[in-house]
This record gives sequence, C-alpha cells and structure tokens, in this order.
Amino acid sequence: MSSEPPKLLWLLAELTYSCPLQCPYCSNPLDYSQYPAELSTDEWIRVLREARALGATQLGFSGGEPLVRRDLEELVAESRALGYYSNLITSAYGLTKERLKGLKELGLDHVQVSFQASTRTLNDELAAATVFEHKKQVATWIKELGFPMVLCFVLHRRNLHQIADMLQMAVALQADYVELATTQYYGWAFQNRAQLLPSRRQLQQAEAAVTKFREEYSGPMKVYYVVPDYYESRPKACMGGWAKLSLNVTPDGVALPCHAARQLPDLSFPKVTDHSIKEIWNQSEAFNRYRGFDWMQSPCVDCPEREKDFGGCRCQAYLMTGDAQQADPVCEKSPHHEQVLKIIEQTEPMDLQEIPLTFRNSQQSKGFCKESKQSGR
Amino acid sequence: MTQNFNLEQKIALRVGHRIQWEEAQQAHVLLFPEGMIKLNESAAEILKRCDGSKTGAQIIEELSADYPDVDLTQDVLLFLADAQEKSWIDVVRAT
Repeated sequence: MSSEPPKLLWLLAELTYSCPLQCPYCSNPLDYSQYPAELSTDEWIRVLREARALGATQLGFSGGEPLVRRDLEELVAESRALGYYSNLITSAYGLTKERLKGLKELGLDHVQVSFQASTRTLNDELAAATVFEHKKQVATWIKELGFPMVLCFVLHRRNLHQIADMLQMAVALQADYVELATTQYYGWAFQNRAQLLPSRRQLQQAEAAVTKFREEYSGPMKVYYVVPDYYESRPKACMGGWAKLSLNVTPDGVALPCHAARQLPDLSFPKVTDHSIKEIWNQSEAFNRYRGFDWMQSPCVDCPEREKDFGGCRCQAYLMTGDAQQADPVCEKSPHHEQVLKIIEQTEPMDLQEIPLTFRNSQQSKGFCKESKQSGR
Repeated sequence: MTQNFNLEQKIALRVGHRIQWEEAQQAHVLLFPEGMIKLNESAAEILKRCDGSKTGAQIIEELSADYPDVDLTQDVLLFLADAQEKSWIDVVRAT
C-alpha cells in the first residue's frame, strides 16, 4: 500500500480479560486464559497519549470488565486531560454510586451498560451471575448523575423473543440510545453458534416488533438494530475497513485492528510495549496487510462494491474458509456462500435448545488452550 | 421539520455531546457516545453557540452580525431543525 495511512479515530482499550460474568457470546478469544499479563497504568497512559497524538478521539474502556482495574479512575482522568471522548463499556457488576460519581467528576463522558435479557431469570442465566437487578439500579444512577446512557442488549436465539420488552425497558430506564446488538459469531459466540444463531422466522418476528416500536414511539431515544450478517446477501463493511479507523489494545498489550483479529494465523500483531502506536498504525505489516485492495482475490478484486464493504470481515473469512483473504462467505458472490446457507438451514429445528451452552470462564478457556496446543496451533 | 422548529426557545447541545477542535482533522468535531461528526465551518459556528443561554433567533442575530454580507436566516433555521432531528441539540426546559 503506497498511499498515506488512514486516520486513526477510535481506540479500544481492553483493560483486562477478568470478568465476573460468563456470557457465552463473549468476544474475547477462547484461549484468553493464556494471556494473564496486563499492561501497567503507565503503559496504558503511554498508549493513550500516543494514540491521541495520532488523532484518536473516541476511547472505549472495555474488557473483560474494565471496572475490575483499580486504576480506571487514573486512566479516565488522563483521557479527559488528553481530550478524548471516553466511553465506559461495562456489565455494571459491582459498580457503586460513589464510584460512578467519582468517574463523572474525573471526566468520563458516557456509560454503556450491557443487558443479557429483559427478564431477571434469563439475564442471570445467560450471564451465569446475579446481576439483573443491580444493572437496572446502576442505569438509574447513570441518568441521575447526568451521563448519556447507552443500553446494549446482545441478541441471539435465546432472547430474541424479548425484543419488544427490551425496548420498553430501555424507555423506562430513560436510555438515550439502545443498541439491539446482534451477536457476532467470533470467539465464544462462534463456539456456541448453533445454540445462538436465530432462525429466519425469529428474525422476521423481531424485525416486526422493532418496526412496530418505531411507528408508535415518538420520544428522544435512538434505536440501533442490525440483523445478523449471516442473513444478508452482502457482507458488512467490518470495522469500516481493516485498520482504517480503529485500533484495539488487548489487556496484555497486543495491538489489533479489531477485537477478533488475534485468532488470525500467520499474522504477527505488534505489542505496544515493543513499538509506538505510530509505528504500529503506520508501518506494521499486520496493520497494512488488508488495507486497500491489493490483497484481494476473486470475486472481490473486480467487484464494483469493494469500496463499500472492503470484502467484508477477514476473521469471518478465516473462520469459515480457513483463508483470511477470501471474500467474506456472507456475500452471495463468495464461492463459499453455500456454507452460510447450510448454517442458516440448521437453525430451523427448535430442539437445538437442548444443546448446552459453553459459558465463558477460565476453566473452559484452559480447556481450549489445551486443545489448541494439541492441534499445534 | 422546519415548521416545527421554534426559534424562541433556548437551545443547548444534547446531554453527552461536546464540540472540540481536532488538530489531526483540521476541523471541529461533534462528539457523542461512540461516535463523532466532522463539522464544516458554518455548522461549527452555529453549534458552538448552542450553549443553553441563547434562543435560535438570538443565534441567528449573532451570526448575522458576524457575517453581515449574507442572509443566513434560512440556512441556520434549516440546520437547527436538522440538528434537532438528529438529536444533536435539545430545547432547554425552564427550571
């Protein structure tokens, strides 16, 4: 790629892989327990400064559960001083009103709280933790303290029927935005895909519920809803293009163009402890690998839509075809699209619900580490 | 939406919205939860004045004083209506 590197706008700081919840669709890698090391406060501050100097403006504190880090306050204060717009992406587990108030005073701009479902039973079953009532309590504090609030419901086969209730709950909690976030099938969600991917009929019902809500609701809350890309005929413009807008730093300091890229083979992602953010963003082989169009093969290479979707998602191409340079198989033009259709077909029989979910926790993760060692990956 | 926009009400940026100058982009940006919009000069001039102390009419008056050679009224009105539609600004409720 000969042209200028794109402008970095977004930094996602995954502060820790620790999390008190065990959501079976977690986007962290299956083998996260292999990477227990975490960057120090000073290292994070250097990352924040260097990314800001490159132009990053939006900053997400994520994880795992970012509240687990005791230096979150220090990092929030630093990000305000640097001029970031800071977003705390949290399960709200264990968050007290005092801590939230302190974060507000230090300049945290926005809080996003995730919900697993609109009922306590299902929410706490999916999180494998008792969290539902506390989340609702935290949501009221967020509004009381004057934060803008995003509520994020992660949607899948097990909770899609609650979509109308989720919207009502978001209205009742005075959310400014509600994200009906379709599960993306990477990491733990890929592992649990058969149990999580909704059927076409479920999706039609969900879409009808969202449409009805939009017709009837006239308040200020904004609703974002996207159908799972498996049901589309063209791929999503994943991350707005590979290493085009966004940089992700893992708890142990690996720089990635997206949170799922760590699993891609034959790419060596640079560590922020070895290189500056500027070197990583502008020069590293990994960040340049899928920039632009030179890497593309058929059918992407001469597709008139390549500038719109950039060939879709590299991780999805790898997960389904074993080759990250393929077109995203979600695309009808992909020679592997059959696979997606087959997966969708398999969502129809409802007895799939009998298969147990694999919950995201260290014990399971250690099992995956062992498996990947045995298979030589 | 223009017909619904009331120029006599005080307006402010919506909760959680912030304008700042971005050196890297050589532009003002409007920041909000998980997003941002790069603003052109006139949009930035209008939004900077939405600080909760002025009505739409007062903002038009101010801008007209700064740019006396052009009639801005219609453009500003359209922009404010659009900004309200996009939830960038809110009417300030009397307390």
